[in-house]
Amino acid sequence: MSDHDHDHHGRHHHDHDHSELSETELRVRALESILTEKGYVDPAALDVLIDLYEKKIGPRNGVRVVAKAWSDPAYRERLLKDATAAIAELDYSGRQGEHMVVVENTPEQHNMVVCTLCSCYPHPVLGLPPVWYKSAPYRSRAVSDPRGVLKDFGVTLPDTTKIRVWDSTAEIRYLVLPMRPEGTEGWSEEQLAELVTRDSMIGTGLPKQPGEIT
Amino acid sequence: MNLTPQQAMRAAVAVPGVPRDEDGPVFREPWEARAFAMALALHEAGIFSWKEWAETLGAQIKRAQAEGDPDTGETYYRHWLATLETLVAAKGVTTSDILHRYRDAWDHAADRTPHGAPIELTPEDFG
Repeated sequence: MSDHDHDHHGRHHHDHDHSELSETELRVRALESILTEKGYVDPAALDVLIDLYEKKIGPRNGVRVVAKAWSDPAYRERLLKDATAAIAELDYSGRQGEHMVVVENTPEQHNMVVCTLCSCYPHPVLGLPPVWYKSAPYRSRAVSDPRGVLKDFGVTLPDTTKIRVWDSTAEIRYLVLPMRPEGTEGWSEEQLAELVTRDSMIGTGLPKQPGEIT
Repeated sequence: MNLTPQQAMRAAVAVPGVPRDEDGPVFREPWEARAFAMALALHEAGIFSWKEWAETLGAQIKRAQAEGDPDTGETYYRHWLATLETLVAAKGVTTSDILHRYRDAWDHAADRTPHGAPIELTPEDFG
């Protein structure tokens, strides 16, 4: 790989025995190539089916992390200090080498996650990335016009709220800890989990309000 | 060839142990969804019945348990993938030699591809 790639992603580091693909992923890709060549599998048809499940694949893990952080101040503190370890406490083993960082929304700062180069995404906590996350317009506009992107998602923030965009890499994945909605005092972790959406953990949405759930 | 959520739901019901909720199968990682969808495509192509699939998968899980697999559900799709590899070889779709050759080629492709670029297989990856 070229020096340019190193520069772009700063912390990037590849050594010879480190591959972007796990052993399991290599086997999955091998099968898919062979089955595609033989005409048994149409990759586009696989994509269509997989897109249907993208929302269900894993945000539930992230949902638990956020709900726990909202209801347990000590956990929140651990999560912000060392997200990889705090998430591991809940037993979601990710791929080796992915370092998780949790960024907390406040009235002063709203956080949004993107991967400008490709579509790095915190799979173990959020599952499959939505199609728009991988799209070129989102990847470029998230950086150049985050407020406009948020508006497209139906989110309008006060002008006094700063927007910070975090660019994921192969080694560092970001998860947004949204603000706990008002009017949820005394709610259990399970109740709070109902309010957490996938987009609120990417930063392109806000959690549901108590009135929005039945 | 289209794969539909209805087919996916039928498969999730027909095969014991598929993690699912009321809407269909659920996955922990992207590769699990791809492995699931590949089995669905092969089934639709008539390569095996779900009964045959379930028997082969069941035998695979038993073997893994005998070798100390904790069987916590986290390894379910690993067994699913091994079952795919077994059945495509048994049905003459491909051979385990070819599977290995492609696996090594993908490894080579991943190593030479900088982060951010899509990893693609080229003839040069087959050393």
